[in-house]
Amino acid sequence: MDAKQYDHLQQSLSPKPSILKNCLKAFLVGGIICTIGQLITFFYITYFNFTEKTAGNPTVATIIFLTMLLTGFGVYKKIGQFAGAGSAVPVTGFGNSVISAAIEHKTEGFVLGVGGNIFKLAGSVIVFGVTAAFVVALVKLILVTMGVANW
Amino acid sequence: MDQGVIYFPSKPAIIASGVVAGPVEKKSVFAKDFDKFYDDERAEEDSNEKGHQTMAEQACQIALQKAKIKQNDVDFLMSGDLVNQMTPSNFAAATLQIPYIGLFSACATAVSSVIIASLLTELGGSRYALAGAGSQHNSVERQFRYPVEYGGQKPGTAQWTVTAAGYVLIAKGQMNSPVVEAATVGKVIDLQQTDPFHMGAAMAPAACDTITRHLKGRGQKLSDYDLIMTGDLGKIGLPILKEMLIKEGMAKQDVQKIRDAGAEYYGDDESFLAGASGAGCSASVFFSYILKQLNEKKMERVLAIATGALLSPLTVQQNESIPCTAHAVEISMK
Amino acid sequence: MLSSLIMAFIVGGLICVIGQLLMDIGKLTPAHTLTILVVAGAILDGFNLYEPLIDFAGAGATIPITSFGNSLTHGAIAEAEKHGWIGVLTGMFEVTSSGISAAILFGMIGALIFHSKGQHP
Repeated sequence: MDAKQYDHLQQSLSPKPSILKNCLKAFLVGGIICTIGQLITFFYITYFNFTEKTAGNPTVATIIFLTMLLTGFGVYKKIGQFAGAGSAVPVTGFGNSVISAAIEHKTEGFVLGVGGNIFKLAGSVIVFGVTAAFVVALVKLILVTMGVANW
Repeated sequence: MDQGVIYFPSKPAIIASGVVAGPVEKKSVFAKDFDKFYDDERAEEDSNEKGHQTMAEQACQIALQKAKIKQNDVDFLMSGDLVNQMTPSNFAAATLQIPYIGLFSACATAVSSVIIASLLTELGGSRYALAGAGSQHNSVERQFRYPVEYGGQKPGTAQWTVTAAGYVLIAKGQMNSPVVEAATVGKVIDLQQTDPFHMGAAMAPAACDTITRHLKGRGQKLSDYDLIMTGDLGKIGLPILKEMLIKEGMAKQDVQKIRDAGAEYYGDDESFLAGASGAGCSASVFFSYILKQLNEKKMERVLAIATGALLSPLTVQQNESIPCTAHAVEISMK
Repeated sequence: MLSSLIMAFIVGGLICVIGQLLMDIGKLTPAHTLTILVVAGAILDGFNLYEPLIDFAGAGATIPITSFGNSLTHGAIAEAEKHGWIGVLTGMFEVTSSGISAAILFGMIGALIFHSKGQHP
């Protein structure tokens, strides 16, 4: 049996992920996380004199704090198995990838273990985010200077 | 003589075994045959890797106690695991002070170590030899996949790495013990499977090749065995193997009797997805359940095939395929 | 208030569905998926499209990781507007520091408190 024939056989006997079900679960959990974020935003606006614009930062910090607790007590991985992208795409997923790596590498010490590995998973998000932002802003700057576009 | 098939005319005997397992493995359908459980998967040590080492040491000690053999009388230790450079096995060998060779056949190490130990016994070079393997969920998971607490979604084809260690004590042919009659060393088979969350599909062709070669070399049929059990193909890999063997022309009703330790390990619990995997999976089941069946004379002839995926996190990231192997050992009881 | 909660739920949920489709149909790892979403967020802001989404959906647009790309670009463009090309470099983390600093801080605290133990599926 060659590789192609085998792949055919293998796929015919392997269950396919139920994409519709996965998407529904992602929608539900992702939506709930964002709704909680919105509630926290209201909380900061109502009680701490933040504005619609400035409340974003404390909201993110609070939600990452909650992520730390869920990650540490082993709940987040269960949510992740259920929700897929629903818990990976919100900033809680970013927090979980940082915090889980930090906890995991504790046994190698705080400098080389935690410090060296904390961005093992989340690092690429920062690297590509910064690179993309740089390119986008630069292109826009050039276009504006040329008078083709406006800020 | 067929490629890779070994006969043991002196019939080295498996005189004792020791199997220890972690807390989750208490739920295993095979748990009643294990010797010892730890309520803490780190075995009260301060790292997962140290806990892994402790379990390997304990399993060896239990085997020695059962046979009433002293550590200094054991000539060889053949052991392996899945952690980088097999450090848990290395450290365990340092504690046990038994001449040692580390073996890496991934999750097939339980059987490859038995093959080497049997050969040393056959050659007359070993009075007693310990052979086995183990795995520890957390230490394997963090190395091959993600941190344990990372919330990534695993597909239904993924398997759960077992926390367990299993070792056997092999001595010259003896009455009233199961004996190693023959073995087949696996080829590395690579049918270009690339999904690290679908090991069953990657490993099934290797198991198929080894089983076919063993039967041909021994002039046997599937029905000559009371039990044919693979290591950790899982709930999806096992049907793939069966389909391949039927395509090879083997009788359907015999093929249907083939069992897989990984597929049965955690029963019907769906949170374990496609079942169990890891070097500790085949080691703990082969060296407890199978040996018990033979010792109690419920079975006479068993073919145990441990399957292993020989990948590393590096090769996965470099988009390489997953090469796999399977080692088989034929154990019988008179 | 209720309507803004509903909008956050729907828009946030939909962005996660896009992520799920990238993972299930595109067969991408979570890391690849998040990277693509961050880059998408950065590009959308280049066309001034992400801020309207935030005005519309609130946390539904600020909580998904796309928002991280958006704020990086937003900071860079805001500074570029004031200081020219040098601002592109210096403005990037102006807006978006909280997510990263919170993750680092709570990662460190998490490592102090918790162990990688307790294995249950």
